[in-house]
Amino acid sequence: MTQIDEQQVRHIAHLSRLDLSDEEIAQYGRQLGEVLAYVEQLNEVDTEGVEPTAHAMPVSNVFREDVPAESLGVEKALQNAPDKATPYFKVPKVLDQQSA
Amino acid sequence: MSQAIENVASALTRIDQIDPRVRAMAAIWSDRATSRAETLSAPRDAKSPLWGMPVAVKDNICTLDGKTTCASRILEDFQSPYAADVVERLERAGAIIVGKTNLDEFAMGSTTENSGLFPTLNPWNPEYVPGGSSGGSAAAVASRMVEFALGSDTGGSIRQPASFCGVCGLKPTYGRVSRYGLVAFASSLDQIGPLATNAWQLAVLLGVIAGHDSRDSTCFDTPVPDYVSMLNEPMGRLRIGVAAEYFGDGVHPETRKAVESAIETLKKLGAEVSEVRLPHTKYVIACYYLICTAEASSNLARFDGVRYGHRTESPKDYFEVYSKSRAEGFGAEVKRRIMLGTFALSSGYYDQYYNKALRVRTLIRQDFDRAFEQCDAILSPTTPTPAFKFGEKSHSPLEMYLTDIYNCAANLAGIPALSIPCGHTSDGMPIGLQLMGKHFDEAKLLQIAHQFQQVTDFHKKRPAICA
Repeated sequence: MTQIDEQQVRHIAHLSRLDLSDEEIAQYGRQLGEVLAYVEQLNEVDTEGVEPTAHAMPVSNVFREDVPAESLGVEKALQNAPDKATPYFKVPKVLDQQSA
Repeated sequence: MSQAIENVASALTRIDQIDPRVRAMAAIWSDRATSRAETLSAPRDAKSPLWGMPVAVKDNICTLDGKTTCASRILEDFQSPYAADVVERLERAGAIIVGKTNLDEFAMGSTTENSGLFPTLNPWNPEYVPGGSSGGSAAAVASRMVEFALGSDTGGSIRQPASFCGVCGLKPTYGRVSRYGLVAFASSLDQIGPLATNAWQLAVLLGVIAGHDSRDSTCFDTPVPDYVSMLNEPMGRLRIGVAAEYFGDGVHPETRKAVESAIETLKKLGAEVSEVRLPHTKYVIACYYLICTAEASSNLARFDGVRYGHRTESPKDYFEVYSKSRAEGFGAEVKRRIMLGTFALSSGYYDQYYNKALRVRTLIRQDFDRAFEQCDAILSPTTPTPAFKFGEKSHSPLEMYLTDIYNCAANLAGIPALSIPCGHTSDGMPIGLQLMGKHFDEAKLLQIAHQFQQVTDFHKKRPAICA
């Protein structure tokens, strides 16, 4: 059975950009372990030489003429922004004084 | 008074009377629907059977009016700046949206218990779940608040609630209906489809929403047949396949009995029934959950607390804008799936989990290719059991995932599949029958369903709440 330890769970939470509580870390660790134990049955299947399917239907690149058309517009694009200084999205400082 | 105004008034009255006891609606559009009905008071366009008909739309489908919340706290105030292709098509056909329906947050769940708003109750018995994730749409149709609704189906999210609520639901072929404006969960599996009280209505609604849209590059340009006029055509030689893998030990005895009886009815209608094999069925859930969570972890990365959606108050740095906004905005199941998907895609595990699942997906798809050499449609129970009670499976995510065991293969293979009522348990809960078909062969599934409904009454039975 796949065991994922607390450190791994914290690593996945970091990659997922989820600030989880200690209880959540413990709970998700246990539940992910259960699900991973279940999905391990895929190892019984011989997939030697089998191509992966990312899409069930044959989709290839779809091209169109490069013609300018009306776009969403700044006002609409910003209408749901939690913070803005039109025409920009506003966020906290990315670099602090020391690292700048 | 025009028919449209009358229809809308009647739907709004029913919603008003019944919805407090079912809680199917995430938002009710009384004013907007009424004024739209008034502007529609033109002569009825005979070509459009949806003209003036009230429709409910799942709240993960973007509408210009009202909010599109996905039943998530992270989108609780989100107002889409554009409408989904299916919404534009509905309105062009003269349909009137009367509200948005509840769902499991971001369509992740099988009961609507994961809704960030409130759970929807099964109209047949409020102690039972309505199924999910399109539980709001299914419950709204079952209680006849509306006769037409849209849902989305990533791994059974239309068919399973249709079955639990005793209504009809269709997941079209992948690429038959545009996904433009559907909030993405798992992009290689998601498909919008109709829910309604009978197969004729499914055909009407599918005919309106199907077709090419250049804004979704996975949407096919395949001609849309006239589904409605094909319903009554003689079926000719109809070969129905039954797979033993879909009648396993987990099937409830009353479900088994109802489905077997439906097979006898179809034989009387001239169907030849034979056994087919789908040998990779036992791997469907494992394969599905790795793929859908991997795609979800990628799709839901867009919720960053910057461009739209919830942002945490006073983040200490830029990283916390992401990590705290997301932790506060997403519910437990969504976080769990993002975590699983991130793990399956992470360095060192990608080949072992994600890539392995993609290879098994190929084998599952090939099972169907082979089975459809011998038959035109594959029949099974929609779900192993009828609706279960609230809380019964919520303690174990894995046990919950296994309730979709007969539904996810159609999404993995991209094939169309529908669910129609085929009986009721001794407790009065509905039982559903699933038909899976060949790519772009929705017409055949609808034809079988319609002709079955000409000689049976299961779809006409209504829950007591309608009285």
